[in-house]
Amino acid sequence: MSVLTETTVALSSDPTTDPNASQLLEVSMGPQHPSTHGVFRMDVALDGEQVVKLKPVFGYLHRNHEKIAESQNYLGCMPYTDRLDYICSITNNWAYALAVETLAGIKVPERAEYLRVITGELTRLQNHASLIGFLMQDMGTSGTPLMYAFREREKILDLFEALTGARMMCNYMRFGGCRVDAPAGWLQQTQKVIDAFPKFLDEFESLLRTNEILMARTQGVGRVSRELAINAGLTGPMARASGVNYDLRKVDSYGIYDRFSFRVPLGEFGDVYDRYMIRLLEMRESVEILKQAMRDIPSGPIMDPGTKIRGFRPKAGEAYGRIEAPKGELGFYLISDGTGNPYRFRVRPPSLINLTVLEDMCLGRNVADIVIILGSVDIVLGEVDR
Amino acid sequence: MNLEAIKSEIEANVPGCQLEIIPNTSPSAQHSLLVDSAHALTVASFLRDGATVRLDYCSNVTGIDWPVKEVSTKTKVKKIVDGVEKDVDEVVKTQTGGYLEAVYHLYSMEQRQGPVILRMRTEDRTDRVHLPSFTPLWRSADFQEREIFDLFGIIFDGHPDLRRLLMWEGFVDHPMRRDYVDPDDYEYEPTAHDEVLKRAREHQSAEGGL
Repeated sequence: MSVLTETTVALSSDPTTDPNASQLLEVSMGPQHPSTHGVFRMDVALDGEQVVKLKPVFGYLHRNHEKIAESQNYLGCMPYTDRLDYICSITNNWAYALAVETLAGIKVPERAEYLRVITGELTRLQNHASLIGFLMQDMGTSGTPLMYAFREREKILDLFEALTGARMMCNYMRFGGCRVDAPAGWLQQTQKVIDAFPKFLDEFESLLRTNEILMARTQGVGRVSRELAINAGLTGPMARASGVNYDLRKVDSYGIYDRFSFRVPLGEFGDVYDRYMIRLLEMRESVEILKQAMRDIPSGPIMDPGTKIRGFRPKAGEAYGRIEAPKGELGFYLISDGTGNPYRFRVRPPSLINLTVLEDMCLGRNVADIVIILGSVDIVLGEVDR
Repeated sequence: MNLEAIKSEIEANVPGCQLEIIPNTSPSAQHSLLVDSAHALTVASFLRDGATVRLDYCSNVTGIDWPVKEVSTKTKVKKIVDGVEKDVDEVVKTQTGGYLEAVYHLYSMEQRQGPVILRMRTEDRTDRVHLPSFTPLWRSADFQEREIFDLFGIIFDGHPDLRRLLMWEGFVDHPMRRDYVDPDDYEYEPTAHDEVLKRAREHQSAEGGL
């Protein structure tokens, strides 16, 4: 259905009296458009250059992940979770593993918890770095900041490859621990990457933070109030940029996050600039967490010996497990009927729910702002459409 | 935060509502609250604004399909067969399911508490599949309820824009139902393939081709 047929908005000038009055124009942005970060479409109604209506259209990457998972056993679902948010496969693994552990009451050994924090925070670093790169690309910086971000991301992906054998589809965690232990020299190599990261952040920040064009394009654009952010269920950097102090690493303290001291950066205005700055500040906090985790990591087993991951049959019941993924609250809701396959497997995708306010952010803005606002939401279509 | 306490608080403030605690026997012990659909919206708005747990954040909305399932339980009963007392297996058949369910995971961002899990059930799986929409209370339910409407076929009354979310317009079935049958042709789309082909044949035969 066209957005125009259901649009009831007053034009800025009356076309019956004003000969220069503009008509509403419908533009279909996407699905094949570089700024939509995947196959995503927006039906936009424009009055001149201004947005008066915007309807997101989903489903171009829909493969019914939840239905596929119902036909798999619990272990077989794990590699599928990599494909949700394919930038951050490790945090997807973690959320699913946490949900199964909640469902079956599994304890995770110490070393595995530390490995989870280290790989999870590295994932956050590379997600935020590349997101800021993408955002700059959307603003027309022709690749230089993006390539700087990708240079750092490569170092982290190299670490993932050395640890898990795969750069992006890591399939690293298991319920009850992790799949493999860190190979010889991996922790030393990781320490080097972590130590070098703040220098990159300083450089990245000074390159862009005081840039007048960036400020003009982002400050005051796409504002979300605190009340709307809570009511629309925004999570992650999107919510914290609007001043909502809600970080699941603090709220739930899942895993061992209560052992680390770190701060939760909060925004004041809830605009695109705040979302961008929140991610920069969060990377600094992630580096702090990583330093503490690298200092404290114990030796020991990485899998709970009591958990049989093959032929795993949890007792009938249900559980909802959630973590602070780089994009927001990623939750898995599992219902077991006592068999080897989950009866119901639900993914709570943060990027889909963060898109709830896309129209509110874009109304009254220009077409060029849509691209930046969408970029600041940080979506990955593998997760939005599932 | 105790579900029993929340239940009695709701019962004191929303007269006439029927609540039932659905126990969860797994180690997660996340018990849930079954609400009758007639009072669900009042209960939900009380939980958001009036209750001591101010559930300002609706995190997750899930649809579940429970088709009719026959559960047979065997019990040994003593019966007199041909004048002799014997132990005889007696099979008692009971039916469960036969409804669609919507599950809401509610949290309080203000008090950092949760989850409080609300469930609603439809009357059957065919035509009485209406449930009240919570989107007027929590906008985060908007896309999630549309997804459930799309994939399960629950109709949410009061939703501002209830359209399919992931499947295309004109798609008829609900793929997440347990009894959904896959189409023979996954690539089938409601486009004019046959008409176009027919026209192409006519055109080419006029030119002596095909």
